Amino acid sequence: MDNATKERIAADIAASDVVLFMKGTPVFPQCGFSAAVVGVLSHLGIKFKSVNVLDDQNIREGIKTYSDWPTIPQLYVKGEFVGGCDIIREMYETGELMEMLSTHGIDVNPQPVQSA
Amino acid sequence: MPMHAHEIEELILKAFPDAEVTIEDLRGDGDHYSCKVISSAFAGKSRVQQHQMVYQSLEGRMGGVLHALALQTKAPE
Repeated sequence: MDNATKERIAADIAASDVVLFMKGTPVFPQCGFSAAVVGVLSHLGIKFKSVNVLDDQNIREGIKTYSDWPTIPQLYVKGEFVGGCDIIREMYETGELMEMLSTHGIDVNPQPVQSA
Repeated sequence: MPMHAHEIEELILKAFPDAEVTIEDLRGDGDHYSCKVISSAFAGKSRVQQHQMVYQSLEGRMGGVLHALALQTKAPE
C-alpha cells in the first residue's frame, strides 16, 4: 500500500469518532454485511462517517492491509479498529457495543424497534 | 473456485490442533459459510485477534475465494 493511500485512510479514520468503511453508502449499501452494520449503527442512533470503498480500489485494498483484516465492512471508533460485521453484530447482541461506545464518550440513543 | 467445508476445517485444524470446529454452508454455494471455532489458543485474546488468527490459518483465502465466513470464536469455558 502506497503512502498516499495510507495517509488518506488515516485521515478518514481521524475525521470522525465513528467511521465505517463499507461497500456502498448508508442509504444504498451494496453488500448485506455492510447493510447489517449500518442497521446496527442506525438503530443505536449513532452519528458516523461512512467511506464507500467501491469508489476507490486503493482504499478498498489498502484498508485491509491497514487493519490486517481481509474483509469489508470495517468499523473504527476513535481511531481504533473494532471489527467487521460478525464482531459488531455479536457485540451488539451482548450489549458490549453500547458499553464500549459510551465509555468512548460516543452519544448513543437507541431508536425504538419498528416491528414489521 | 469455491471452497469445501472440509477444506476450511482442515486448514483451521492444522493451525489449531485442539480446536472444535463447526461449519455450516449457509447457501450451498461454497462461498457463504458460518463457522464456530473453540480453541485454547484464543484464551486472553480479543475477538479481533481471535478472528485474525483464524483468517491467517486460511492462508489468504478469506475475502478472496472465500467470500463470506460468519465467524464465531471463543476459548473453552
